Amino acid sequence: MKLSKLVWKELFERKNQVVTGLLAILLGITVIVAMRNITFYSEKAVAQELDALGANILVLPKSVTLQNYYSADIQGQEFPEEYVNRLANSNIQGVDNLSPKLAVPVQIANHKFTLTGILPKSEFQAKALWKGAGIFSRPTGCGTVVNIPGLAPKDPKETLVRKRVIDTLNENEVLAGADVANSLGLKTNDNISLLGKSFSVAAVLPQTGTVDDSRIFAHLHTVQQLSGKGKVLSVIEIVGCCDQISKGLVSKINHLLPETKVVTIGQIVDTQIKTNQMMSSLSLVFIAIIVLVGGAGIANYMYANVRERRREIGTLIALGAGSGFVLRMFLYKAILLGLVGGISGYLLGTLLALLLGPRIAGIAVLPMPTLIIWALMISVIIAVSASYFPARSAARLDPCTTLQEI
Amino acid sequence: MLKLENISKTYNHRHEPLTVFDRISYEMLDGDFISIVGPSGSGKSTLLLMLGGMMSPSSGKVVIDGESIYDLPPNRRAEFRRQKIGFVFQTFNLVPYLSALENVQMPLFLAGLSEVEQRERATSVLERLGLGARLAHKPSELSVGQQQRVALARMLANDPTVVLADEPTGSLDPETSAQVMDFFEEINHEGRTVVIVTHDPTVAQRAGKMLRLGDCKVPYYEQTPVWASVV
Repeated sequence: MKLSKLVWKELFERKNQVVTGLLAILLGITVIVAMRNITFYSEKAVAQELDALGANILVLPKSVTLQNYYSADIQGQEFPEEYVNRLANSNIQGVDNLSPKLAVPVQIANHKFTLTGILPKSEFQAKALWKGAGIFSRPTGCGTVVNIPGLAPKDPKETLVRKRVIDTLNENEVLAGADVANSLGLKTNDNISLLGKSFSVAAVLPQTGTVDDSRIFAHLHTVQQLSGKGKVLSVIEIVGCCDQISKGLVSKINHLLPETKVVTIGQIVDTQIKTNQMMSSLSLVFIAIIVLVGGAGIANYMYANVRERRREIGTLIALGAGSGFVLRMFLYKAILLGLVGGISGYLLGTLLALLLGPRIAGIAVLPMPTLIIWALMISVIIAVSASYFPARSAARLDPCTTLQEI
Repeated sequence: MLKLENISKTYNHRHEPLTVFDRISYEMLDGDFISIVGPSGSGKSTLLLMLGGMMSPSSGKVVIDGESIYDLPPNRRAEFRRQKIGFVFQTFNLVPYLSALENVQMPLFLAGLSEVEQRERATSVLERLGLGARLAHKPSELSVGQQQRVALARMLANDPTVVLADEPTGSLDPETSAQVMDFFEEINHEGRTVVIVTHDPTVAQRAGKMLRLGDCKVPYYEQTPVWASVV
């Protein structure tokens, strides 16, 4: 005989009651896991959708306004490209993407466009890595873009529209905005001459309805060289992690680059922060309700179990069991219920999330193995806390009364 | 040696104090076989529970082998019960979801014996009681007499020096009852002190000594300290 065997045997003896007691905790954990799973993927989906709206932080020359930026009228006011290195090599956390740009006006066949020099991510990322630290050593999870089925990135070159940055761009390649391509009849792999240099069209970007549609994107260093402006930039677009923005990312960048103006695109940031906060608050409210309901269910079951086993407890005490043993017997049972409830709740919750995610939130949901740890922790804590007082009352039972021998 | 020293026991019954024992003293020698008799409510079971370290007296001492058991902390008293005392109940009080073997293993498990030792000793005691073929049976699968024998085996498992039995034959037919009493005599001859509470005069007379308790409704606190009599 062992304590575990004794508890298991008792559980199997009263299967129906155990199922009732377990149901409260099982359903609670199921709802928590399903909700957390769906919430996680819908937050990511929202974040990706908001990414499509563009950068949420801009580093501009002191005298440039946000209006100038949107009208592409930022020529003639620049700051040194070295600022990118400062940013890339800083230990500021929460910068998901970084896109330095230099805007230069060009005219092709009576049409005026903006030739925008961009620096591929691979170049400044390499610099940051070379230094062994920097913004790309941020903790995972903060703004990390995950691939969600149905929302996977399209062609790599077209990700410029969504992420404001591309991984690589050769010095003789350009990306054409939708309006530019339309006006000039450009297609992928066509050749185009700009500022006396011939370029190949690497991709035509999809329509965005923004100023990007009338831009032609080329490698930053090529544009700097062709325009004769040297190592300067018009703007650094930053896609910042909204959590970090609320923790003062903008002021940190301002402090790092005091000669510039750092602005947030309020609506995007606000939407991201509000969405995340709403989801977190909703989750907390649900968890609180579930903890209370699950705990009450378990406590009720345990009190009933103690009442039913009064005579057995009295007998055990007569045989020499101390109050500590009786307490352990009930708490061990609570831990078992918590573990069973946690594991089955995780499985059921994950299944529910996989089935309901696409129907309710319109997103595909994948299982999250890390949630099993949370499910087990919450489940065991609820079961043990709710069982503590019934267990203590069992341990304090008067054996004489329970044996009804008086 | 088992001694009651100036024991009093008072209950609160509907906010009125009800005294069951008033300063009684009594001494049981090692190897005694004593039956406690008396009308319902006279305090027979109360006395048995007090002897077993399960119910503290309002005043006075219960001394077993020189140790005042109610002066011990609760966990030490539980250990004392495990080591020295064996209980038998009228309703057997077997754990319904455990087999006969597991029921007998319980006191051995509580005493900290390994599973192998528990199984060996429990099997041996059950075989002694003629239940070797019923080890895996649950109480509900056994006859009333067999259930009481499992309870006796459980009582004997820890090799107690004092055996306390509350109406052990109360639920049994005369034949089984006689067998159970034979068993009590047998373990008494092994040197154990046996104390039996009973209503049955036949059972009571098989004990070497008889302790007769009066009617509990009598206000004993007005009576002389030695109101219990040994016949």
